[in-house]
Amino acid sequence: MNKRILILTLLILSIKVSVLSQDTTSLTAILGTDAPAREYVTSAFKSTRVINGQSMEFLRPGTMDFRILHRFGDLSNGVKNFFGLDEASMRMGFDFGLKRNLMAGVGRSTLKKELDGYVKYAPLSQSTGAGASPLTIALVAGITVNTLSRNDTAAKPEFRSRLAYYYQAIFGRKFSNALTLQVTPTLVHTNLTPAQQPTDRYAIGLGGRLKFSKRMALTVDYFYRLNGRGANTYDPLSVGVDIETGGHVFQLHFSNATGMNERAYINETFQSWGKTEIRFGFNLSRVFQLRKKTQN
Amino acid sequence: MNYLVLQILLLITTGLQAPEKFFTKTGTIRFDATANASLEKVSAINRSVSAVFDSKSGQLLFVVQMKGFEFEKALMQEHFNENYIESDKYPKADFKGQITNFADLDLGKDGTSRVSVKGTLTLHGQSRTVDAAGTLELQNGHILLHSVFNIKLKDYSISIPGLVADKIAKSAAVTVDCTLDPFITH
Repeated sequence: MNKRILILTLLILSIKVSVLSQDTTSLTAILGTDAPAREYVTSAFKSTRVINGQSMEFLRPGTMDFRILHRFGDLSNGVKNFFGLDEASMRMGFDFGLKRNLMAGVGRSTLKKELDGYVKYAPLSQSTGAGASPLTIALVAGITVNTLSRNDTAAKPEFRSRLAYYYQAIFGRKFSNALTLQVTPTLVHTNLTPAQQPTDRYAIGLGGRLKFSKRMALTVDYFYRLNGRGANTYDPLSVGVDIETGGHVFQLHFSNATGMNERAYINETFQSWGKTEIRFGFNLSRVFQLRKKTQN
Repeated sequence: MNYLVLQILLLITTGLQAPEKFFTKTGTIRFDATANASLEKVSAINRSVSAVFDSKSGQLLFVVQMKGFEFEKALMQEHFNENYIESDKYPKADFKGQITNFADLDLGKDGTSRVSVKGTLTLHGQSRTVDAAGTLELQNGHILLHSVFNIKLKDYSISIPGLVADKIAKSAAVTVDCTLDPFITH
């Protein structure tokens, strides 16, 4: 009996002692390992546009992006035209981040005094961790309104003759911190189409970015038109550099397209890289936080 | 019967042993790196800091997920993660240290004591020794830790580009506020 008491007592005491002598590595063990939670991939592009085309990137909720776009004249006109800088076409736009995967925007181009508006929604976003997705799918639906007065255009009396619609599905993936690529099947439907232009234009957009420093990236934006080719119209191709500062993104680029909304640059690019009819342009983007996120 | 009673007593006393480790997964760390002349506040708060304290040895461990820092401005948060902290490369920061005046502390009763902490802070892939002063409060079996200390951003290879030098200060004031609960080992 006494022996058993002794053995049992020693056993219980030894448990106490082993608990006391745990070493420091057990501190880490207490915290345990976290199951990888879903993390959405961010900053695939510096901006919500590749150059002309929509990118797979969204504005954060509660923010507004004020965008000024300029497209200058043909470089080939030389010094007389100050390399095209004397002619400037402009678009001013406001984009709003509504939810993580939903944004909307409005804008107005001086070219054809055209208003445009769009909504962009991503049913699937690239993410890592639980429920990971290898790519982002973003859907865009937009409308453009030609607001030139009736004398200046062959518009029919009905308002809808001024309208065009565009629909896009962006498939994009951020491959690494340096490289992002996206493919964008596009449909542009123009209610009153000029001669030799298809009412329904199908195109495939190809966009990419190569980040070569912390705040600078090379971007390419190209749309290949599937129908209605020829007739002195060309595929829009833009190549440029994105520079990001604290609150601004500057996109400086060369392009053969003058239009700054989907209907204009896909359907009405009349100049070609082959004939070096390219122009300098820039996009200037400034993000404002409209709704503050947290109180520190 | 006697030995049964003895066993039960011993088992109970083992269970009643004072908890020696305290931990939390909801600790708070704030930092402020606003430069003097800046109109914009450069500060953030992380409310999901993991911290463990060993009350037998005075050792401390903090683990911070960098993506958990919340800023007032979404763009600032994005730049913090992408350009400054590079949280894809260095997702966590940690601090392993020791309360240097641990021997003078009395953890048997409620109250606040001043503490000095010394340890290694690993942030953005760089490890540096940090000496900090703070307070440790024992309240109803919980331990409240508070400390404010400065770190030089350059020490952790966090580079501030010239363009924003008038907004971001060269050092950040870090405020730690964690309430640790007893961790029961079974």
